[in-house]
Amino acid sequence: MIKRLSACIREYKRDTILSPIYVTLEVVMDVLIPLLMAKLIDNGVDKGDLSYIVKMGLILVVCCIVSLTFGALSGRSAAIASAGFGKNLRHDLYHHVQDFSFTNIDNFSTASLVTRMTTDVTNVQNSFQMLIRIAVRCPIMLIFALVMAFQINASLAWIFLVVLPILAVGLALMMTKVHPIFKRVFKTYDKLNSVVQENLRGIRVVKSFVREDHEIKKFDKVSSQIYSDFKKAEILISLNNPLMNFCVYACMIMISWMGAKLIITSHGSSMTTGELMSMISYIMQILMSLMMVSMVFMMIIMARASAERISQVLTEEPSIEDPVNPVMQVPDGSISFEDVVFSYARHAEHPVLDHINLEIHSGETIGIIGGTGSSKSSLVQLIPRLYDVTSGCVKVGGIDVRNYDLETLRNEVAMVLQKNVLFSGTIKENLRWGNENATDEELVHVCQLAQADSFIRQFPKGYDTYIEQGGSNVSGGQRQRLCIARALLKKPKILILDDSTSAVDTKTDALIRKAFATEIPDTTKLIIAQRISSVQDADKILVLDNGKIGAFGTHEELLATNTIYREVYESQTRKEDR
Amino acid sequence: MPPVPHRGGPNGANQGPVNFKALDKTTFRRLMSYLFSYKKTLLVVLFCILISSLTSVIGTMFLQIIIDDYIQPLMTQSAPVLTGLMKVIGTMAIIYMAGVVASLFQGIFMARISQGVLKTIRDEMFSHMQTLPIRYFDTHTHGDIMSHYTNDTDTLRQMITQSIPNLFSSGITIIAVFVAMLITSPILTVFVIISIFSMLLFTKFVGGKSATYFVGQQRSLGAMNGYIEEMIQGQKVVKVFCHEEKNKEEFDRRNEELCENATLANIYANILMPIMANLGNLQYVLIAILGGALAIVSGGQLMTLGGIATFLNLSKSFTRPVSQISQQINSVITALAGAQRIFHLLDEESEKDNGYVTLVNAKYTDGGQLVETPEHTGLWAWKHPHEDGTLTYVPLRGDVRFLDVDFAYEEGKTVLHNVSLYAKPGQKIAFVGATGAGKTTITNLINRFYDIADGKIRYDNININKIKKPDLRHSLGIVLQDVNLFTGTVMDNIRYGKLDATDEECIAAAKLANAHDFIMMLPEGYQTVLSGDGSGLSQGQRQLLSIARAAVADPPVMILDEATSSIDTRTESIVQRGMDQLMHGRTAFVIAHRLSTVQNADAIMVLEQGRIIERGSHEDLIAQHGQYYQLYTGAFELE
Repeated sequence: MIKRLSACIREYKRDTILSPIYVTLEVVMDVLIPLLMAKLIDNGVDKGDLSYIVKMGLILVVCCIVSLTFGALSGRSAAIASAGFGKNLRHDLYHHVQDFSFTNIDNFSTASLVTRMTTDVTNVQNSFQMLIRIAVRCPIMLIFALVMAFQINASLAWIFLVVLPILAVGLALMMTKVHPIFKRVFKTYDKLNSVVQENLRGIRVVKSFVREDHEIKKFDKVSSQIYSDFKKAEILISLNNPLMNFCVYACMIMISWMGAKLIITSHGSSMTTGELMSMISYIMQILMSLMMVSMVFMMIIMARASAERISQVLTEEPSIEDPVNPVMQVPDGSISFEDVVFSYARHAEHPVLDHINLEIHSGETIGIIGGTGSSKSSLVQLIPRLYDVTSGCVKVGGIDVRNYDLETLRNEVAMVLQKNVLFSGTIKENLRWGNENATDEELVHVCQLAQADSFIRQFPKGYDTYIEQGGSNVSGGQRQRLCIARALLKKPKILILDDSTSAVDTKTDALIRKAFATEIPDTTKLIIAQRISSVQDADKILVLDNGKIGAFGTHEELLATNTIYREVYESQTRKEDR
Repeated sequence: MPPVPHRGGPNGANQGPVNFKALDKTTFRRLMSYLFSYKKTLLVVLFCILISSLTSVIGTMFLQIIIDDYIQPLMTQSAPVLTGLMKVIGTMAIIYMAGVVASLFQGIFMARISQGVLKTIRDEMFSHMQTLPIRYFDTHTHGDIMSHYTNDTDTLRQMITQSIPNLFSSGITIIAVFVAMLITSPILTVFVIISIFSMLLFTKFVGGKSATYFVGQQRSLGAMNGYIEEMIQGQKVVKVFCHEEKNKEEFDRRNEELCENATLANIYANILMPIMANLGNLQYVLIAILGGALAIVSGGQLMTLGGIATFLNLSKSFTRPVSQISQQINSVITALAGAQRIFHLLDEESEKDNGYVTLVNAKYTDGGQLVETPEHTGLWAWKHPHEDGTLTYVPLRGDVRFLDVDFAYEEGKTVLHNVSLYAKPGQKIAFVGATGAGKTTITNLINRFYDIADGKIRYDNININKIKKPDLRHSLGIVLQDVNLFTGTVMDNIRYGKLDATDEECIAAAKLANAHDFIMMLPEGYQTVLSGDGSGLSQGQRQLLSIARAAVADPPVMILDEATSSIDTRTESIVQRGMDQLMHGRTAFVIAHRLSTVQNADAIMVLEQGRIIERGSHEDLIAQHGQYYQLYTGAFELE
């Protein structure tokens, strides 16, 4: 995991290395300053040597400036390195996800992919910055300050060695106690959020059933839980302060007592007052850095979860990749399924598609009908190789789809997905997803075919109308027609519509199909639909039943031979009987 | 769909950076009033902070006493007596212990106050939110409202648990240290004040830069995350269109921009700390030089060695709280901004209810008179007090009339014009028309989610404005096109319609709604736990549950908004049968998205731009050859 993540440092290696170096230099200065101060007091102030004071003072000023410079430099390097690291991490994630197949995308949910690329990256980026700066600074500070303290007076410095473990154990105990509580708090937080979210989403239900009090009770239960848990956690954390104070004060008392005794009994020969003062400075430095170490430690533990989630994405192997010697040309729009078995999970008990054999000729229009879960979408998604078959093979133009260059194949097999989306941008920009270089005339042409031109022209800004994210400012039927137009712009050899006209009225639906028949007769068209009327004039209709082919034939043949088809047809026509 | 007139409008604005001046003192005072409800605990906490701050100041002074009064004189003695020194140090140890104990109690009590305040605020927010009119929810995005519970409360937590105690103890420390410094050496104090001021100026400059770039970073981070969200959600489309490479380019561009902003913002934030620390060091050194010079020149008159030592420590103790305050100020400002947004929500006007007609259980006396009764009779009546003090009871029948109703979501933009209609008990009224024609709006008026501008709506011949809203809504059932389920078992979800319904009643309702069969197929049947808005269920199943939910409430009037999304034909016919059974014997208002479902309505209202342009039965309308006929023959689309 660390190896994969650290690979994202790349061009920021220099700053990543420089930052701890600068930090080290800064720390050296920080530690030297109290030592030099001791000298200044003892040799200068004590002895009344003004010139020594000035000389030492100047050295100290230089030390401060050097420390400041290195501190600032390390801050700069750390900022550059961490921002760059975050950038590379995002870059790697995003580029890697672009290579994901549908299977890979299904493995992670969309929401979790988004969190991983946003919140998790930010977490890891922040901890990275901590790691190369503060996590370096504190231990070095701790060691240097300890060394200096021992150098001043080893017989006093051992006090640190007594107090340090007490503090360390105390901090460790606190962390182990707090951690599980915090974990629980965050879960309860999620619960609180979901209660609010459900309430917001269902506010009309709440109000119509006059369930406000019921909801308030529900909320109160969660909020009370948060209260008691959070209170516990916070009290535990607040123990930090007295513990820290206790350690600092204990050191102060012991050192002043023993130091004073030492100075007095030795008449200043074993220790000087200046040294005593430096010693007390080191107390603060040592204990503070220990506390920072514990905080950094906590942060890193928290970020570990994020790092793990990120590396899961990065190490996920794209399950579909280009073949070694790809075929770069799709000869025609014929499709054949040869004994195709398919399941989403590798070892599923019941395959989603069960030994499918199917032959579709170039230019044919095929209707596909079947109930929910009859695997209609799964069947057509194999054609542009959005998923790979489990066994058997799917051929387009007589060549196994696994032998094609993916881009070549997908450019020739245009698919309008059932869950289709438009992206924020103008209508023109959205359509050009189909073909970047399409002229305005071509755009208008495909929109005419998809029966979208007329409503687009009714918008005040026409083709330059801005589509909101997800296409929320156009109606369902309009969105579907725009998606069809976008797919048509590819001028594909095969066009697949996965229930893409469900929100379009029957008349427009018929017009679209008519346009297909006259304007793109050579394109193979596969139409999945709920309405029989959408498919009844197709060359052939495929009835899928639970992953198997129930029937395959013309409307008339199926009416005569297939009971499922006849039932559905009758139930629909009875309802829409004129 | 309910209209959203202000998408990203005024509510979007309250997320922006906040001007300190815009935060009036009242926000702060109001926030404090929450803390003051813990008066006694708060006093204890303040006392503890006082003790622990003073302890640390006294602790610093103590070094001077040891050096000047004991070490220096004793050093020269040949046989020094240490008892005096021991006593001083013993006293100090006791004072320190008091400090430790004080900080212990401070933490414990502060946790109680801060979490208590947060709970109060959360609870108040939520209960107040329940009283807000639907208009509030239609005009504010859920994300914005949610952020009051998450971000805004979080910043408040930070402020109450950290900033406020910190500011208080910093303040005390500053005052105490200042006094101590003045006692030790007035001259050096002046120097410290000057140097601190210059430090603050510098901090302000760097901090200001940092803040500007942080805003930039937040903005590009927001844009970046938005882009990721949109693209990942459409990732399958991206793949189908082989748009990966182009997306990578666009992504890299945004990523580069974010990186630049993040670098700048972090550089300034990162260098602030070392600069502050080293300026502190520099000040320390200069004091040593200055103090040393003073001590030597005055021959210990103006300054003693112990004095220098103390002053050096004091100056450190002085710099720390000052820089702490300057750091805390920022988080206080953000928290106040959060508090202001929370108070804004709390100040939103609740739904007004001037109704006085209530719904009561009733029974007929032997004399055929309708009277109120405490027991559940299954017979309901409107209890209508009149101005002259008399009471009348009107049986609940489900007769709804609109008389010349006008309505506007926003002033000046009338969306319903002169709508008149009547639904006799048990009748089915269907609304047909394009998106935005006003179908949903009409149903919003019946249950008073919105109030009409002009005209009258009468329910069982009572003006609905006179009916108490909860009672009115109890008498109306609703099945919305977007089904909302709640986390809990299937049974809980059905029982939502009537909280005291028995399991048998719920199951009967599910059977009526045609939902029983599929529920029995679920792994745990009625006890199956639904989560995430019932995401495990299909659209059709969710609808069946919402029909069952309305059925268990058993109201005389139903409002049904059909689902627009396509469900497969078999499920659709099951749902349709469920709806038909639910409507049987009730007054029903149906918003139709498929003409096939309205043909058996008693009256069909064809709406266009807020007006009823055609009305009548299916046969009448077909015969008219008007808009309905056009729709029916497929010349127009509904949605």
